[in-house]
Amino acid sequence: MRRWETDPILAVDHLTMRFGGLIAVNDVSFSVGRGDVTALIGPNGAGKTTAFNCITGFYKPTLGRLALSHDAPASPEEVQALTANGQAHAATTGGALYLLERLPDHKVASRARVARTFQNIRLFSGMTVLENLMVAQHTRLTRSGLLSPSALINLPSWRRQEKEGLDRALHWLEKVDLVSRADDPAGDLPYGDQRRLEIARAMCADPVLLCLDEPAAGLNPRESAALNALLLSIRADYGTSVLLIEHDMSVVMEISDHVIVLEYGCKISDGTPAEVRSDPAVIAAYLGVDEEAVEAVEAEVGL
Amino acid sequence: MAKALTGDGSAPARPAPLAVALKDAVVSGVITWLLLLPLVGFRATESGSGPLTLTTRFGLVTVFAVVVAVLRLVMHLTVWRPGREKRVAATPSALAGLGARISPLAKPAFFTLALLYPLLAVVLSGGLTPSRYWIDLGIYIGSYVMLGWGLNIVVGLAGLLDLGYVAFYAVGAYAFALLSTSVPINDFMAGHLGEGFWAAWSFWVCLPVCGLLAALWGVILGFPVLRLRGDYLAIVTLAFGEIIRLVLINWTDFTNGGAGIASIPPISFFGMPFSAGDDGFAAHFGLTFDPMHRIIFLYFVILALAALTALVTLRLRRMPVGRAWEALREDEIACRSLGINTTLTKLTAFATGAMFGGFAGAFFAVRVRFVSPESFTFIESAMILAIVVLGGMGSQIGVAAAAVLMIGGMEMLRNLSFLKSDWLLGPDFDPTLYRMLIFGFAMVAVMVWRPRGLVSGRLATIFLKERKTVSGDLVKEGHG
Repeated sequence: MRRWETDPILAVDHLTMRFGGLIAVNDVSFSVGRGDVTALIGPNGAGKTTAFNCITGFYKPTLGRLALSHDAPASPEEVQALTANGQAHAATTGGALYLLERLPDHKVASRARVARTFQNIRLFSGMTVLENLMVAQHTRLTRSGLLSPSALINLPSWRRQEKEGLDRALHWLEKVDLVSRADDPAGDLPYGDQRRLEIARAMCADPVLLCLDEPAAGLNPRESAALNALLLSIRADYGTSVLLIEHDMSVVMEISDHVIVLEYGCKISDGTPAEVRSDPAVIAAYLGVDEEAVEAVEAEVGL
Repeated sequence: MAKALTGDGSAPARPAPLAVALKDAVVSGVITWLLLLPLVGFRATESGSGPLTLTTRFGLVTVFAVVVAVLRLVMHLTVWRPGREKRVAATPSALAGLGARISPLAKPAFFTLALLYPLLAVVLSGGLTPSRYWIDLGIYIGSYVMLGWGLNIVVGLAGLLDLGYVAFYAVGAYAFALLSTSVPINDFMAGHLGEGFWAAWSFWVCLPVCGLLAALWGVILGFPVLRLRGDYLAIVTLAFGEIIRLVLINWTDFTNGGAGIASIPPISFFGMPFSAGDDGFAAHFGLTFDPMHRIIFLYFVILALAALTALVTLRLRRMPVGRAWEALREDEIACRSLGINTTLTKLTAFATGAMFGGFAGAFFAVRVRFVSPESFTFIESAMILAIVVLGGMGSQIGVAAAAVLMIGGMEMLRNLSFLKSDWLLGPDFDPTLYRMLIFGFAMVAVMVWRPRGLVSGRLATIFLKERKTVSGDLVKEGHG
């Protein structure tokens, strides 16, 4: 079943990102299935993180369209109409449609509900674990205004709202097994815990699409297995689609439904893990051998 | 040899420590003597209009050299002694333990002292009139505590380096000065609410207006500059402070230029003037009139304003906006990835800080009853920033302590006349000239001893089981 073809949550069309003369991402198109775990892989410098930064609004792409649809896929006509009228979002028959390249980064997170983590962990290290998760719920907690009077004078309505936020934070603390460290500064946690906390923080922002930049980097095999379980549970229990960049093939092959391979800014392969694994272009890109030697290598790695 | 064994038993081959120490002392004494010979030993003095005469002071050089030699000898035999075990602080030192025990008491004690301060001043100085100096000092310190707490929102919480905070102080002060001395407003109020209404009530009516105007200027400044970071933001805010001051000097029609605005109406006890008349404060409460009543009332007004600043900040820190400020200081990019509108968040921090600056400015104008651009120079901004940094960025009690230390300490250094006695530095010595020098040394010493300020830890705003203090090493200062 190819959900990314029938029900894409994110459709990337002709994404191109130039930095002066350097073309980091060159005319890449792919789609991310709703409720799938999609992996973006490729050798170092292939343009994976650049593509990620475009999707999450940190870069404005030079060219291309990033169409994110909430709840149900948008029809091509609806996408076309929104593209033509210059707006950033529109309601569709089944939900809502956002063109991410037209939104500023904080609106990609707050309105289009795309959350992300970073390759080099970016926690609020001077704040406690619990505070990190409370900050993540900023959008939800400031619905009644940044300086809402109910919060300023601590009315019961605000206390109820804050309690809900606290409960959500606690739920995610249990999920990533950090309840005992809730009151410790985030900067004091060991590396593996910081990685998990960053994912929990992103999930507290209540995303429809969770983008993870190398979540397994620096994890030992046991932590890596726990991460797989966590990601599968995010997909199964919360219906959040996951897009991840990863070098660790055990993570990629085990949990992803869809793999996209980039090399030198171009897409070289796209399909299920099994398809990608047997694609000669991918093997050549990863192992650096020419086409004739591929068979020998395949035999060696047991394919 | 016996000495060597007792000094360092495990290495008998090593020379005796006393011999080493003596040798070092002699060598350093000789080096000192040679070094100081040209510096101190020869002195050229001008005798009237005649030629320079050379005098020699070999005795003084020798005294210095002996002092150095003896000091090094003593150090070698005590602190630098070989094999001396360094004391390891396995358990927290007695001082730290004491600190942990008194810290929960610090805030109530500070507040009680602040409340009882006028009473203490009157009792200890023996009467209302002699306590004037002390209560004035209290008001002065209170203003800086409030300004420090206001700037603390911008610098300490949001991590935005603002070198032009005095601009908002000036906006508040001038707003009050202009509004309260405005003839049209006075006439309008006299027509509707009675003669003398504006003179009596202007402070209480203008106070919120001044705060709002300062906040508005905070937003006006914030919009163009908050995309800047770090040093660039600091420079632009510094320039903004100077622009405000230069406008105040040069826009003579409006602000009366460098001459300033005088005869600002004094503060009233909520409409009741502090005067000797029958409708005055003293007559109404059956007291004998004393001009000190007004001063003491001013003290309580600044105390209330400062308390308001502290309480609002405390409340804001526990709201999403306050957490967003601190998150912004920690990592701006992560904030944006979580959907926090960083521009709006920075603007609220700027505006809130500016508003308290405006309140303090209005208070300044009603206390001094005269404003001029000279009161709002860069040195004021630097002073307030120094209070925030010295206190520990983000810490309220630390900033309050730093304000007491800096403003009170600087004032106390004026009273060093005992140094003029014959057996110390002689009657020619003017201690007030050295006030800033001593103060600078003290600040350097504090920053060496506590590089993150007096109170470096950050108290968590929400907790599950226990409220912990985050060590200052983990808390970031922000990039501006």
